[in-house]
Amino acid sequence: MKGSFTRFSSDVFPDFERLQEQMDAAVRNFGISSGIRAGARGTFPPINIGSTTDAIEVVAFVAGVDPQALEVSIDKGLLILSGERPAAVAGAGEHKTVYADERFVGKFRRVVNLPDDADPARVEAKYADGCLRVTVMKRESSKPRLIQVQ
Amino acid sequence: MSEETQVATREPQNVSTRSAAAALIPPVDIVEDETGITITADLPGASRDRLEIKMEGEHLLIEAEAAVAVPEGLQLLHAEILEPRYRRAFRLSRELDGSKIEASLKDGVLTLRIPRIEQAQPRRIEVQVE
Repeated sequence: MKGSFTRFSSDVFPDFERLQEQMDAAVRNFGISSGIRAGARGTFPPINIGSTTDAIEVVAFVAGVDPQALEVSIDKGLLILSGERPAAVAGAGEHKTVYADERFVGKFRRVVNLPDDADPARVEAKYADGCLRVTVMKRESSKPRLIQVQ
Repeated sequence: MSEETQVATREPQNVSTRSAAAALIPPVDIVEDETGITITADLPGASRDRLEIKMEGEHLLIEAEAAVAVPEGLQLLHAEILEPRYRRAFRLSRELDGSKIEASLKDGVLTLRIPRIEQAQPRRIEVQVE
């Protein structure tokens, strides 16, 4: 029973997601207005999380946000990324017509639950090309190590 | 085989290979004023050398590749951006000048300015009274 249930969820949901993506693409290609956050389905900014033996890497795709306006904090095992993206000042003329308004505007806040072996004292944040990369080092004690046989 | 049929058979193949290479559709803002159109697109992770803006006939094609420096041996645990490629195309209308597009890229945001051709600029037409 359990086996078939897990197989169901792993088979159908990616298909559903793909279908939704295709629908989004189809709607956009016909020029019909799609949601304000279209493109990045869900929340802003999209986040990828990875892990190496030494650290946990979090990348937030925050295009167009001034690095000075980005706030990275750690509170009780939670990594919090917040900031604000100003409205774009596009076009200088008086008589403006807006055809698409899909980019996210306003305040954002994303919370990432860090694993237990993350060391909140050793965190580094770098910003380049609209990507914020936060490296949270892992505790020395949690790293895999070889035990000497005596 | 005539040249025309060759072109006809080649085109659908091009289209299928193009759509097969998965890419993200970046969100855009498009605003028009009296002198032209401004397109703003979010391309986080794209740098100037990995960005391509092409005019194919009347189609404007924006393609970019995102690259984020990550250490070796990284194991992805959670991903909301799966394809490190962006692609979006627009068909320009005739009164826009595709040869005079200005582009700038800052903090992963691309701004394109497409001016109207001179003759298409708005002008006041004097009403003559006889």
